[in-house]
Amino acid sequence: MKLSGAEIVVECLKKENVDLVYGYPGGVVIPLYDVLLKTPEIRHVLVRHEQGATHMADGYARATGRPGVVLASSGPGATNTVTGIATAYMDSVPMIVITGQVPVHLIGNDAFQESDTVGITRPITKHNYLIKEPQEIAQIFAEAFYIATTGRPGPVLIDLPKDVQLGQADFHYPEKPHIRGYRPTYEGHAQQIKKAAEMIAASQRPVIYVGGGAIISDAAEEVRELAHRAGAPVTTTLMGLGAFPENDPLSMKMLGMHGTWYANTAVMQCDLLISVGARFDDRVTGKLSEFSPNSKKIHIDIDPSSLNKNVKVDLPIVGDVKRVLQELNPMVTKADTGAWLKQIDLWKREHPLTYDSTATVHEEGLHGANGNSEPATPSAPLAIRAQYVIERIGQLTHGEALVVTDVGQHQMWAAQWYGFTRPRSMITSGGLGTMGFGLPAAIGVKMACPDREVIVISGDGSIQMNIQEMATAVACRLPIKIVLLNNGFLGMVRQWQDLFYAKRYSEVDLRGSNPDFVKLAEAYGAVAMRIFRDEEVDAAWAEAAKITDRPVFIDVIIPEEDNVYPMIPAGAASHEMIEGNN
Amino acid sequence: MQRHTISILVENKFGVLARIAGLFSGRGFNIDSITVGEASEPGTARMTIMTHGDEKIIEQIIKQLNRLIDIIRVVDLTETSYINRELALIKVNASRESRQEIVQISEIFQSKIVDISQKTMTMEVVGNEDKIDAIIGLLRPFGLREVARTGRVAMARDFISKDAPTPELPVPVWEKERRKITADLA
Repeated sequence: MKLSGAEIVVECLKKENVDLVYGYPGGVVIPLYDVLLKTPEIRHVLVRHEQGATHMADGYARATGRPGVVLASSGPGATNTVTGIATAYMDSVPMIVITGQVPVHLIGNDAFQESDTVGITRPITKHNYLIKEPQEIAQIFAEAFYIATTGRPGPVLIDLPKDVQLGQADFHYPEKPHIRGYRPTYEGHAQQIKKAAEMIAASQRPVIYVGGGAIISDAAEEVRELAHRAGAPVTTTLMGLGAFPENDPLSMKMLGMHGTWYANTAVMQCDLLISVGARFDDRVTGKLSEFSPNSKKIHIDIDPSSLNKNVKVDLPIVGDVKRVLQELNPMVTKADTGAWLKQIDLWKREHPLTYDSTATVHEEGLHGANGNSEPATPSAPLAIRAQYVIERIGQLTHGEALVVTDVGQHQMWAAQWYGFTRPRSMITSGGLGTMGFGLPAAIGVKMACPDREVIVISGDGSIQMNIQEMATAVACRLPIKIVLLNNGFLGMVRQWQDLFYAKRYSEVDLRGSNPDFVKLAEAYGAVAMRIFRDEEVDAAWAEAAKITDRPVFIDVIIPEEDNVYPMIPAGAASHEMIEGNN
Repeated sequence: MQRHTISILVENKFGVLARIAGLFSGRGFNIDSITVGEASEPGTARMTIMTHGDEKIIEQIIKQLNRLIDIIRVVDLTETSYINRELALIKVNASRESRQEIVQISEIFQSKIVDISQKTMTMEVVGNEDKIDAIIGLLRPFGLREVARTGRVAMARDFISKDAPTPELPVPVWEKERRKITADLA
């Protein structure tokens, strides 16, 4: 029996067990939407902007490991997905983006709502396709899902002209597609793994440096086993947060630009650096020539191109982190690391992550924001530190919530202060650094994990980049908690201007032009509140916990000019770290 | 900065050239020349890319090429024994007086005169880039009207004699790295 192209697409999605699609209709995808209307197995979530759809699919994928699916129309619909695709690509997130295209005979004619979607997305997808015949659909969908979810995962885009959706073809879904040019390596080389074990046994000052690859590969348990077998302290990248529990005595928390003093110092002084699914990003290494100068380096990564890209390593192992560690761990014998661990504990005591909990009074109280009513009173100075809010929420949720962030100061504070204990619980745009990611991503995360607490930590700059998705969250009755750390500034840029541009604040001031976020959230149909003082956090959280059928928006008025510390300036070495005046 | 000749077997699909060109431009790699043509296996094409860069860059070029789904195999021919050729068409001013000298130059280079007019001669020359550079250099004083070069095509050599030691055939770079590490470990 012949099916229409649109019906075949939906059959393919069913074969891949897709239960959720995030999308926005438009002229050339109406045939697909017509089929979706009679497909109750697949829930379509109507977003308010296609970028939101991509971040939702991205959040869904990061929380579950399963591919997120996006459906958008041609032209502007497709171009609106670009930032979200690039975000997923940089962080190796499996995603399928289906875009409509003008009919095949009009392609290249500058037709209405035409764009060269495949051309535009070529450098930001793992692969992409333009389908020209309905009989190609099944094969291409099978390949796309296979490519997106295997090896180093990534987004795959399928451009689907309208006439292909309307054409007819037989439907046969290939079992496992064979692609000549695509054979990811999963098994590490046995001798290299043996060599790694020898290097670990010979090391006195090892450090394990864990990245997002360990989370993608579901290797948290294996990482923990490696650390304890080897007696090696562990630091994670931003993307690796949660791959190793931060309440473990071997945890040194995050490293890099805003990492802990002790993690960065340990990396500088170690004699063996074991990189597990991390890629020596510039935000981690700082000045390359001075990065971890005295260590031998083992690098485990599924993508050969990550090896020797930034840092020359002594032992590269290509393979899936989980499988490589499963082979490696039984061979690992505990080296004599006692003195090293003592040294690190000393550093942790001497240079802890801190903030000054007494600081900062707000004169204005509300950064001159429109329509805000509660001024500071002399008797009760307004003082609420972003770090405290995050730390407290971490305590109240036992480090077990799913934390979704935007990008900026609040993101780094979340990374430093939440206290992650579980993999896939820090959902953040690490590679691309996409402001506006948080709120839509949290919608995808909450739909993937409806029984878990989902918290957005955002800033007053970032939240406004995709604030329209409040409508989607309300429409879907999602009880996500949005914690807005509101300082009236584009805080991270302001911090750089403060530290490196002699406080010349250029175009970073949102005071006076920010909306009243409480009213705004309420206008969307969310529950909203505003807090000014540390002691209000617990009560606000308890209040928020009562809401189960819509988002709760907490506008937290934090100091205007607080900086994230420690900080290694861009391009500097880690001994040039600014510990800060907290 | 050694020049490298990289031979790539690709799926013969639309957009493959754009993927490769985009990879080079997007990552700041250089293409000195690129040639494309159908290969022996059905549905595949062979590309020969000449590029340059230090060891680290060449390693990245090959690894990044290998990441592309439509690329089936990447071989850096530079470290092996290989044959390379380029073809050039050269149109040069040729008066009654200079014609004879141009023919002589052409003969020395075993090139063919493929067209002739009142004022010009066009020849076809095949060889490596040095040879083509040399003939162009010799013809330049007559006044070059137009030069069209194909860019390099290349192929690894096979070995004729059965008794000859087994040659190191070009292997994918990843396999090579693996062998090197294995040798180091032994």
